[in-house]
Amino acid sequence: MKMHAVPALWRREMVKFVRDANRVAGAVLQPLAVWLLLGFGFRDSFSLPTPAGMDMPYLEFLFPGMMALVALFTSIFSTISIVEERHSGFLQAALATPVRRSSLVLGSALGSTTLAVGQGLLFFALIPLTGHVPSLPGLALMAGILALVALGFAALGVVVAWRSRTTRGFHAVMNLCLIPLWVLSGAFFPAEGAPGVLQWAIRLNPVSYGVDALRTAMYWPQNPPIDASSFALSLAVTGLFAAVMLILATRTARKPVREFR
Amino acid sequence: MSMPVHPIHIDQLTHRYGSLTALDNISLTVPKGAFYGLLGPNGSGKTTLFRILSTLLNPSEGAVRIFGADPRTYPASVRQHTGVVFQSAALDGELTVQENLRTHAALYGLRRSTFRERLARLLPLFGLEERLHERTERLSGGLKRRVDLVRGLLHAPPLLLLDEPAIGLDPAARQAFREAIDRLRRQEGTTIVLATHLMEEADRCNQLAILDRGRVVAHDTPDALKQAIGEETLWIECDDPQDLAERIAKQLDVSTQVIGLRVQLSGPNAHDMLSRVYETAGDAIRSATIRRPTLEDVFMVHTGHGLHENGRPVS
Repeated sequence: MKMHAVPALWRREMVKFVRDANRVAGAVLQPLAVWLLLGFGFRDSFSLPTPAGMDMPYLEFLFPGMMALVALFTSIFSTISIVEERHSGFLQAALATPVRRSSLVLGSALGSTTLAVGQGLLFFALIPLTGHVPSLPGLALMAGILALVALGFAALGVVVAWRSRTTRGFHAVMNLCLIPLWVLSGAFFPAEGAPGVLQWAIRLNPVSYGVDALRTAMYWPQNPPIDASSFALSLAVTGLFAAVMLILATRTARKPVREFR
Repeated sequence: MSMPVHPIHIDQLTHRYGSLTALDNISLTVPKGAFYGLLGPNGSGKTTLFRILSTLLNPSEGAVRIFGADPRTYPASVRQHTGVVFQSAALDGELTVQENLRTHAALYGLRRSTFRERLARLLPLFGLEERLHERTERLSGGLKRRVDLVRGLLHAPPLLLLDEPAIGLDPAARQAFREAIDRLRRQEGTTIVLATHLMEEADRCNQLAILDRGRVVAHDTPDALKQAIGEETLWIECDDPQDLAERIAKQLDVSTQVIGLRVQLSGPNAHDMLSRVYETAGDAIRSATIRRPTLEDVFMVHTGHGLHENGRPVS
């Protein structure tokens, strides 16, 4: 039996994660803190009128966005080691092996995706706090969509990490591109009622479609109580984003390592 | 007639990082079975050369062949035939020895049975049988280096590149590592290229290239390199070495070289030279040493500065 690189790399990510208590705590607590602080903080000052006439609590509105935020944090946590390991340590040696570059990217991206979905499942236990309990098929859909969103972010993380010189630079670029992507995804505030420019930004942002898909799944098989893009379009854009990012990541990883001297 | 295919053949290799020339027109050949040393101070280009040999970096100019294959066009073949142990271990501290090795075996696409066979062979060779289930972060530096060596040998490469393997190891661990390398050479016949800035490491190689500022300044066996500068060398320390060297050159028929505050004299009889220098310039001598040449002397004679002094010229 031949040993395969992708499962081996995936397994490496899992074992490293569970043996690093700080990382486990950081990955789970960070999005949880954001969700609870924002959700409870805005609870009385913000509630969203829905077309059906019911007000939606902010905690509930924010939940799909939290799933996206979990994926975002996980990708940052799991791709940052690439920055340092290109010139020393694991990745440098891995690059000197005949393993396909696409396998290196896929193994690490799938590891990151699994961690994101695992944390998402933990969050599912807190959904009753929103006042809404999704159906079982809805939860399954959410987990699947979360995986797709996480895969896209993880691949994006690989692209940025490969080109970054220092972990500081990596953080700077990731925060600069990911936080706006998240804030302008309809996760934080709805597109309706936002100024025109922001509405356009939200419409052009691929992450918005991931958040919309998560929102639709959360109410499955009912329609979501606020406007969202059609489920088919949301899924298509989310899938396409992940695919494009994976291709970009593989192409980036095929280039010889950049020297920073 | 067919040409022998050497593990490494380098022809007029140059590499630049922007305006900095890291390797300057290097040519060398590593024959099969050699224990080949690259001796040079930090910044002499050893690591750049290793990165090129291990396909991590494409050279600016010149030809490199690993077992006849160009790393640029056939990286997969080169990677399959080459094991690399870098200065920093490629091990994850959170993982056990076995988990680390299994991950790398999968990167080489080994069969499970091959992996087990290699472990059964390599672990006793390097005294690691008892460590398989320990996390690597809990191992000493010497053990970690040996695990990393096993990692580089999993795919049974006929060529092994070792970048500064002695760095960070105490003398006992260095000795254990050397013995492990000797066993490896005896049992697997692996061709080894060792980059080092330590002359005691270089002395153990059977062929040596001396690198300085990106150039190969000399290459031969360590003994031949030492003999080439004389049976014995005389070193004279003084306040004005330039002046002393000129006086000696004018009055005695020996070749001199000024290195730092010392004048080095090469000739057939060092004791005789010393008494003649003492007669002509005894007042200028602070101290004099006669010794069999070391690789450090070889390095100084070829470069005009010490192995552990900064290789860049003082402006």
